[in-house]
Amino acid sequence: MIAELGLAALWLAAALAGLQLLGGMLGLTRKGEALGRVVRPVAVVQGLLALCAFFCLIYVFAITDLSVKLVALNSHSLKPLIFKIAGAWGNHEGSMLLWVTVMGVAGGFVALIERRLPERTMLATLAGQAFVSLGFYAFLLLSSNPFERLSPVPAEGQGLNPLLQDLGLAFHPPTLYLGYVGLSVAFSFAIGALVTREVGSAFARAMRPWVLAAWIFLTVGITAGSYWAYYELGWGGWWFWDPVENASLMPWLAATALLHSVSVLAARDALRTWTVMLGVVAFSMSMVGTFLVRSGILTSVHAFAVDPERGSFILALLAINIGGALTLFALRAATVSEGARFAPMSREGALVINNVLLCAILGIVLFGTLYPLVAEALGAQVSVGPPYFNPMSALFAVPMLVVLAVGPMLRWRRDDFARIGKSLVIPAMLVVVMSGALVAVADVALLPFLGLLLGVGLAWASVLPLRGRNLRRLPLAVWGMVVAHFGIAVALIGMSSESAFSTEKLVAVEVGEITQVGPWGVKLDRIEPVAGPNWTALEARLLVRYGPDGKVTRLTPQSRTFWAPPQNTSESALLTRWNGQLYAVLGGEGEDGRWQLRLWWKPLVPLIWLGGLLIALGGLLALLGRVATDVRRSIQSDRIAERREGEEKLREDRA
Amino acid sequence: MSANRKAPEGRARAPRWAIWLPLAFFVGFVALVMTGLLKPADRTVRSALVGKPMPSFDLPPALPGRPGLSSSELANGKVHLVNIFASWCIPCRVEAPQLAQLQRAGVEIEGISVRDSRENLEGFLATNGDPFDSIGADDDGQVQLALGSSGVPETYIVDGKGVIRYQHVGEIRPEQLDVILARIQEAGQ
Repeated sequence: MIAELGLAALWLAAALAGLQLLGGMLGLTRKGEALGRVVRPVAVVQGLLALCAFFCLIYVFAITDLSVKLVALNSHSLKPLIFKIAGAWGNHEGSMLLWVTVMGVAGGFVALIERRLPERTMLATLAGQAFVSLGFYAFLLLSSNPFERLSPVPAEGQGLNPLLQDLGLAFHPPTLYLGYVGLSVAFSFAIGALVTREVGSAFARAMRPWVLAAWIFLTVGITAGSYWAYYELGWGGWWFWDPVENASLMPWLAATALLHSVSVLAARDALRTWTVMLGVVAFSMSMVGTFLVRSGILTSVHAFAVDPERGSFILALLAINIGGALTLFALRAATVSEGARFAPMSREGALVINNVLLCAILGIVLFGTLYPLVAEALGAQVSVGPPYFNPMSALFAVPMLVVLAVGPMLRWRRDDFARIGKSLVIPAMLVVVMSGALVAVADVALLPFLGLLLGVGLAWASVLPLRGRNLRRLPLAVWGMVVAHFGIAVALIGMSSESAFSTEKLVAVEVGEITQVGPWGVKLDRIEPVAGPNWTALEARLLVRYGPDGKVTRLTPQSRTFWAPPQNTSESALLTRWNGQLYAVLGGEGEDGRWQLRLWWKPLVPLIWLGGLLIALGGLLALLGRVATDVRRSIQSDRIAERREGEEKLREDRA
Repeated sequence: MSANRKAPEGRARAPRWAIWLPLAFFVGFVALVMTGLLKPADRTVRSALVGKPMPSFDLPPALPGRPGLSSSELANGKVHLVNIFASWCIPCRVEAPQLAQLQRAGVEIEGISVRDSRENLEGFLATNGDPFDSIGADDDGQVQLALGSSGVPETYIVDGKGVIRYQHVGEIRPEQLDVILARIQEAGQ
């Protein structure tokens, strides 16, 4: 019954999306103006219906209603409740439903609160949002109905990939989806602006919070995903340039560029065409990413949802949505009126360089991700990995980080280097001292070397915009910028330190034996079996000690066996100190009674994710600051309007 | 610096055709992906075990009064189809008609039932038909693991010498019967 309710809600939502599209388009014509008035309420109801369908799916998963095919295939009555619920979106159909739900809710929200844009642009925007949603509704309802029933009802479900039974992963995809789909709003705004040719500061202000919010979710999602891969896959690495990871990195790069160009547009009314194009590109990258992940067209280490037939459907959607948007862009961009001009040496100039370099990195990641496909079309099988991605992206990342150190101190419109040069003396000296120390003490490869230098210099430079300002009265948005840029420096130091100073050890030890990794002494104390709700495991008890006289701490890596479906995973154990992490993985038992242990000492590695979180926090501060300003402004304008009305009334009364 | 060149509203405008570049690039992407998607891709999983002898095992009968299954019986000069299945597996029901059809075509089918109970297995065979000459009970899933099988159902074609010649992952669909039969013939030569 609940499943049918969900399906009905989904069909209704799809129908309303159709109405929203029709109303939005006709509303733009002179005859259809009246129809334009239904668009906002329809968008709100469409969002609510999609939300209702999504909750229905969560409900059938929570009670493990095995008569629903999706539940039978992806759940199991023995699974802990939280993973039953997470199972609702841990599969293809459910994740697509989550996608349209987020899109619908975001669209409804825009319809409800956005009042700054001209009504015609709003109509075109909501029509654009409905157009994209409609494609995904069709996809869901025609080829991947999540509420399909199964007869006869099986006695038990088929479990879930045990690798996915992890809290981090349960909330990783929805976070990324919030980011991906949040960008759909920016996309729709861009479409709306192209249709009515109204690109300007108001457009940028309307678009900015959405870009910011989406970007925050993407940042958190990527950070969490990277940490998940780090501790769950047990490979000790935190970034693999895997197509699935690249799929989330590319929209992030585009959104980062968009975030900066939209600020230029909002503050200075410059970069009009460029911003609109980035608005289209950012969401396009989200869809391309989803497509690459869902279609299984690229072989990837963690392709959990692979299906070529559905891939064709998404490709068709992509071709229509992105192809249509880019055609519209090409036709209309030339007629968008020119924005403000600026000198190359200015805040805008620095932001343009940042944009171009970010887009260059985006191009490199996209090319590297697609290259295996190109090669396959030419008849060769290759896979592209870190040897390509690391140096190529660094080629553009290094100058970008240098600009990042300088840019925030420049003034809008026109500036000269002499004014800010003095304040850069200290970070420059830091970099020089650091490079001398590194060359003298350690033998570090070029990229981590550059990374450490830039990281330290940037960490100093990123807080310079605070200098000489009244910190109490500083706008939140500026705080946000400083925190986010500082976060980049922190993450950079973590990444470089990890690749420069990690020590790894693979040993086979007997119980009672002690081994050394970096500054740590590790003793295998005992091996014992433990049981969990749906797995059994062999657990190693390691007693570890930092340095010769540190405190002894216990670490318990496991080798788990799940039984529904049967699968072995290794659960790594981590010990975090202020200066790094000890990482332990239990391997199999050797024939001679020895146990394989894999140990890493990774100095400063937590900084990678701390930096990621700082970047997201910076975004959050900026978002709060912007929204607060917007609210204050709208209250003020309401008051002015009220006063005017009052005065008019007074005048009328007098007359 | 590139401010004016890259910002289309700068004085030195980008050439008019540049505005079509993103679209052109995207069309190229779609064309590329189409070739990847539409090509009749070879998506069979190449098991490391194909071409190798069956791992040795000796499974007790899953049902009383019926033979169990051991790897030595598979090397009796005849081609066997070894089907890994379970009563709790939904795709196994889907492939049951295809197995029946293979049996009618004279194929000898042996079953390995994974982590199952007698009652459930009897019920499964009663509803979905019983094409198996013998069924071995792999109660702890060890044989399944030894075969490198990732889930149920999976089907192996084993030749007369006990060597695995083909592995089919997932249920056998009606349109795949021809391939299976062809492989069985190949294995018999």
